[in-house]
Amino acid sequence: MTATDYDAYGTGEAAEGTVYNVNGQDWNEVVDAAASGDEDRMVVNMGPQHPSTHGVLRLILTLDGETVDEARLGIGYLHTGIEKNMEYRTWTQGTTFCTRMDYLSPLFNEAAYCLAVEKLLGITDDVPERAQVIRVMMMEVNRISSHLVAIATFGLELGATTVMLNGFIEREYALDIFEMVAGLRMNMAYIRPGGVAQDLPPGAIDKIGDFVKREKGRLKQLRKLLDANPVFVARTKDIAYLDLTGCMALGVTGPVLRAAGLPWDLRKTQPYCGYETYEFDVPTVDTCDVYGRYLVRMAEMEESLKIIEQCLDRLSSGSAKSGPVMVQDKKIGWPAQLALGPDGMGNSPNHIAHIMGQSMEALIHHFKLVTEGFRVPAGQVYAAVESPRGELGCHAVSDGGTRPYRVHFRDPSFTNLQAAPAMSEGGQVADVIAAVASIDPVMGGVDR
Amino acid sequence: MTSQHPEQQAEQAADQLPAHAEEERREQPIARMGMFGAKTTGDTSGYGRLVVRQSPKVSSPRPYGGPRTTGAEGEFDEIADALERAYPEFGEAIERVVVDRGELTLVVRREHLAQVAQVLRDDPALRFELCTGVSGVHYPAETGSELHAVYPLLSMTHNRRVRLEVTAPDADPHVPSLVKVYPTNDWHERETYDLFGIVFDGHPALTRIMMPDDWQGHPQRKDYPLGGIPVEYRGAKVPPPDERRSYV
Repeated sequence: MTATDYDAYGTGEAAEGTVYNVNGQDWNEVVDAAASGDEDRMVVNMGPQHPSTHGVLRLILTLDGETVDEARLGIGYLHTGIEKNMEYRTWTQGTTFCTRMDYLSPLFNEAAYCLAVEKLLGITDDVPERAQVIRVMMMEVNRISSHLVAIATFGLELGATTVMLNGFIEREYALDIFEMVAGLRMNMAYIRPGGVAQDLPPGAIDKIGDFVKREKGRLKQLRKLLDANPVFVARTKDIAYLDLTGCMALGVTGPVLRAAGLPWDLRKTQPYCGYETYEFDVPTVDTCDVYGRYLVRMAEMEESLKIIEQCLDRLSSGSAKSGPVMVQDKKIGWPAQLALGPDGMGNSPNHIAHIMGQSMEALIHHFKLVTEGFRVPAGQVYAAVESPRGELGCHAVSDGGTRPYRVHFRDPSFTNLQAAPAMSEGGQVADVIAAVASIDPVMGGVDR
Repeated sequence: MTSQHPEQQAEQAADQLPAHAEEERREQPIARMGMFGAKTTGDTSGYGRLVVRQSPKVSSPRPYGGPRTTGAEGEFDEIADALERAYPEFGEAIERVVVDRGELTLVVRREHLAQVAQVLRDDPALRFELCTGVSGVHYPAETGSELHAVYPLLSMTHNRRVRLEVTAPDADPHVPSLVKVYPTNDWHERETYDLFGIVFDGHPALTRIMMPDDWQGHPQRKDYPLGGIPVEYRGAKVPPPDERRSYV
C-alpha cells in the first residue's frame, strides 16, 4: 500500500495505534460509551397537582438535559368508581352518574349511555324526533364549549392568558344555554333513556340563535388571534408528531386522528340520533402535529354551528316543531313532566296535582317507575358516539333487572392519553405540555 | 297477539320455544329462589317456592343477518365466512356465535384469542384495525366461567363492528393479552386487571392503574361490596356498608 492510494474511510490497517473508522463497529462503542454515563439524566415528577397537566395527571419524565428520554404517565387520582356505583342505581339514575365522568362533555356521556340503554330496550326507533333534534343541538353546543376549553387551557399552558380568557368567556354563553334548558350548567343528566328530561323552555330557541350569531364572529376573532400568531405557530408546528400508523396502533380517535388525515367521524360513518340528515363536513388536516389538531378543533366548532342552525330550523318551523320529547311507552318514559322552577329543575306542579289529587293509578305508576325503575331485557350492547375527544363507547350489560348489571365506558381521553409518550419522547421537555394539551384529556373521564 | 313492549315480546318468544328448550332450562343452575327478598318471615306472598333459573347459553343459528337485517344472509355471515376461510380452526376456537340486537358476538375459547384477533386484524376481508378496549364482566353464578372479558372491535375499512368475548374461571383467571396485536389495549387490560383481577398473560407491565398499588381486592367484582372499606374522618371510623348496623 502506497501513500497515494491511502483510503481514509477504508478498513485497512493503520501504521500504528487504533484508528476509528466512520463505518466500523468501533464508532458504536464510542457512541455507547458517551451515552452510558447516567449522571446527567434526571427524573422529574410533574404533577399530579400542576397547573399545566390538565387535571390530576402525573407525568414521570426522565430527562437528558432538555430532552425527554422517557415519559411515563400515572393516572387514577380521580377514580371515583362511577361504573361500580351505577350497578346500585336504576337505569334512569345512571345518567346522573355517567354525566360526571368527562365533565367537559357531560351530554356526550349521557348520550352514549342512553343510546346503549335504548338499544337494550329495543326502542331506538321509538325515540321522538323532537327529542333527537334537541339531543343533537345540545350535543353540538357542548362540543363547542368543550373545544373552547381545550383551546383556552391550551393557550394558558403555553403561557397565553388572552386565549384562556377569551375561550372561557365564550364558554360561559354555552353554559348559560345549558342552565336555561336543563337547569344546570354542568352535569345536567338532561338526556335520559327514551328522550330528554324536558322540552325546551320558552325563549331557548332565540337564545341559542343569538349564541350561534355571536360565536360566528368570535371564532373568527380567535382564529385571527392564533392561526398565524408566530409564537403560537412556533410552539405547535411539527410538535408532538403522531402519524396515522401511530394513531391506529394506539387506538387514537377524535381530532388527533383527523389531524393525521383520516376523516373518521362516527357522526358520518355510523350515524346516531339522526346525524345522517344534517349537512356538515368532517374537517381534516395531514400535518399530524399540535397545530393541525388545533386547526381541526377550530373547524369542528364552525361545523357545529352549521348543525345547530339546522336544528334550530327544525325546532322552530320544521318537522320537529312540536311533539313529545320522551318515548311514548308509559312503562319506560319518566312519568313526571319536569319543569324549571325558581329553585331549579323539579316535578311540574301540574303533574303533582294530577297524581296527588286526581288519579290513584297515576300515583302508583309514578311510584313504581321512580322507585323501582323499568326492567331491561337481559343482554349486552355496545353504543358509541363521537365525543369532542373521540369515540366514546358504552358497553352495557343487563341481567333483566331494574339496574345495570355492568356498564363500562370506553373513554377517548383514557385511550388517547396512552399516546402521550409516543408524542413527547425524544422531544423537548416544554413540548410535553403541548403534546398533552393537544390530546385534551379530561381526567374525570380518564379515571371515571 | 304480540305486544309492543320488548320485555313482553321476549317473554312471548320464550313461551313459543320448543319443548326441549324447556327441559334445557330446567337443567340450568338456580339464579334466585322466592321473590321480593323475604327470607325470614312467613311466605305471605305465595312466591316463596318460586325457582328462577339462569337462561341457557344461546347460540344463534345461520343465517346471522346484519345490523339491520334478520332472517337473511347479511354482513355478519360475511364476517363469519371470511373468518372461517382465514382461520381454519374456526370451529374449535369459536365456542358460540351470538347475534343479538343487531350486534355480533363471537365467544372465543381463551387459548385461541390472540390468533383470532390477529386474523381479524390482518385479513383484508376482515380488517378490524381498532380494538376499543376490554370490558370485564363478573358472573358469580356461572360456575367455571365466572369472569368474562369483552373486546369490541371496529373495522374502519369496512365500517363494521364485532365483539369478542372470552371467559375464565375464578380459580384460574388467566386470559392471553392482546397488547401485541392491539397496542391500545395496554391501559385497558391494566384497568380490567385492576378492577376484576383478570390476569392478562403476556402483558408487558400488568400493574394496577386506577386503584392504589397496595390495594387489596378487585372492586368491580360482584362479591366486592359498594364502599367496601371503612372510612376514617376526624378520628371517627365509619364501617363499610355491609358491616353497618342492620335493623332486621
